[in-house]
Amino acid sequence: MIRIENIYKSFNGFEVLKGISFQVEKGEILALIGGSGNGKSVILKHIVGLMKPDQGHVFIDGKDIGLLKGNDLEEIRGRIGFLFQNGALFTSFTVYDNVAFPLREKTKTSEKEIRERVLKELDQVGLAGAENKYPAELSGGMIKRTAFARALVIKPEVMLFDEPTTGLDPIIAHTILDLIKSLHEHLGFTAIIVSHELSRVFQIAHRVAMLHEGRIWTVGTPEEILSSKDPVVRQFISGVTGGSLKLY
Amino acid sequence: MTWVKKLGGITLYGLQGMGRMGLFLAHTFFCAVTPPLKFSWIIKQIWFIGYQSTLVIILTGAFSGMVLGLQGFHTLNRFGSTALLGPMVALSLIKELGPVLSALMVTGRAGSAMTAEIGIMRTTEQIDAMELMGINPFRYLIVPKLIAGIIALPLLTAIFDVVGIFGGYFVGGKLLGVGEGTYFGEMANYVKIKDVLEGIYKSLSFGVIITWVCCYKGYSSGFGAEGVSKATTQAVVLSSVLILSWDYIMTSLLF
Repeated sequence: MIRIENIYKSFNGFEVLKGISFQVEKGEILALIGGSGNGKSVILKHIVGLMKPDQGHVFIDGKDIGLLKGNDLEEIRGRIGFLFQNGALFTSFTVYDNVAFPLREKTKTSEKEIRERVLKELDQVGLAGAENKYPAELSGGMIKRTAFARALVIKPEVMLFDEPTTGLDPIIAHTILDLIKSLHEHLGFTAIIVSHELSRVFQIAHRVAMLHEGRIWTVGTPEEILSSKDPVVRQFISGVTGGSLKLY
Repeated sequence: MTWVKKLGGITLYGLQGMGRMGLFLAHTFFCAVTPPLKFSWIIKQIWFIGYQSTLVIILTGAFSGMVLGLQGFHTLNRFGSTALLGPMVALSLIKELGPVLSALMVTGRAGSAMTAEIGIMRTTEQIDAMELMGINPFRYLIVPKLIAGIIALPLLTAIFDVVGIFGGYFVGGKLLGVGEGTYFGEMANYVKIKDVLEGIYKSLSFGVIITWVCCYKGYSSGFGAEGVSKATTQAVVLSSVLILSWDYIMTSLLF
């Protein structure tokens, strides 16, 4: 479904990605882990074409996203839901209008049906009754859940989660990851999750890819990663400082 | 050779920036003349740029007219031609001060807010989110502001002119004794439709300059609070400089 081939990306002469390659099968959940500043979010932005690689290709269902323009790019993006790190909610809209926005603007759905779908999605993410609130009135967890509802309302085939639990307390963080798991079971989307919530992410991901020094350091099932003898992997999982991991 | 290198680098950087701004304007015009147009977003922007600037325009218009009346009366009095106070105030306002001062006030009040709004949307990934939904941010964020600027600026300028003329009459007529008939009668003799059109053309073009520069600076702003604040400052400074220099070019072309 998603294939990344030998991607290189630099910012102001600093090489962040140095030949990244991996693929994600249909219906699979891949967890992307690694130290902060290693380029995990950059990879997600390449997948949706918000960033172009200096070298390499990103394929979605065999189509090179870097070569797509106009309607072809819109069509692919219309099949992908993206949960941004800070939610990226439209601050001048209510929760209801945020979730309804893609339906109103990109489909010919009637206002009655939009209402039904929006309320259903909000209920699904545990936000029933919050539809008239503005983003400024929401807690961090509610912002992420609203953004999740907005991403889900278009019925995406692929969901990309950019640190969905950052800045949340452990209970809310687990609730969000449980929500991702139950909705994945229910809707069957393909997903990539960038997260530092390792214990819970390891329970819901089918495979884990670790990014280190601009490369995919290791890929495997959660069990394989947890039992890895590689010192870098061991250090990252245990969170010990002073080893071979560089901190940014 | 180092300074030649530096000069070349600065020139290239400047040219690149101008090119990007030109492309930004071209893309905005393209989106403005192709459907769909977002009418509710345009109305909201007319309300923001136009209606909400009315008070500041009335205040600046009134005081500009009053100071023109005062200065003009004493200057004309030296030549014994205070009867021409009305045309002097009216022509100064309609041809120059009305369009220029209105544009500068709108830049300060609405232009800076436009840059900050778009800059914050950029930095909080709201614009990326729009793009990912397959929605062209230009149609929602930039085009409505451009159209609203083109509609609101001439209207605000007209208000500025009218209030300014009455401000000039208040000082020249009520306080310094120029007759009402003389003030307004001479104005009707000397102010031609060509002068009014000159002011309208200027305010239309200023509407484009303000929205273009302020939206571009917001759209291309750097990240974080520092990036947005820098973009806002640059937007206000560049808009003001462009308004004044474009005013000179238009005046020389329209004379």
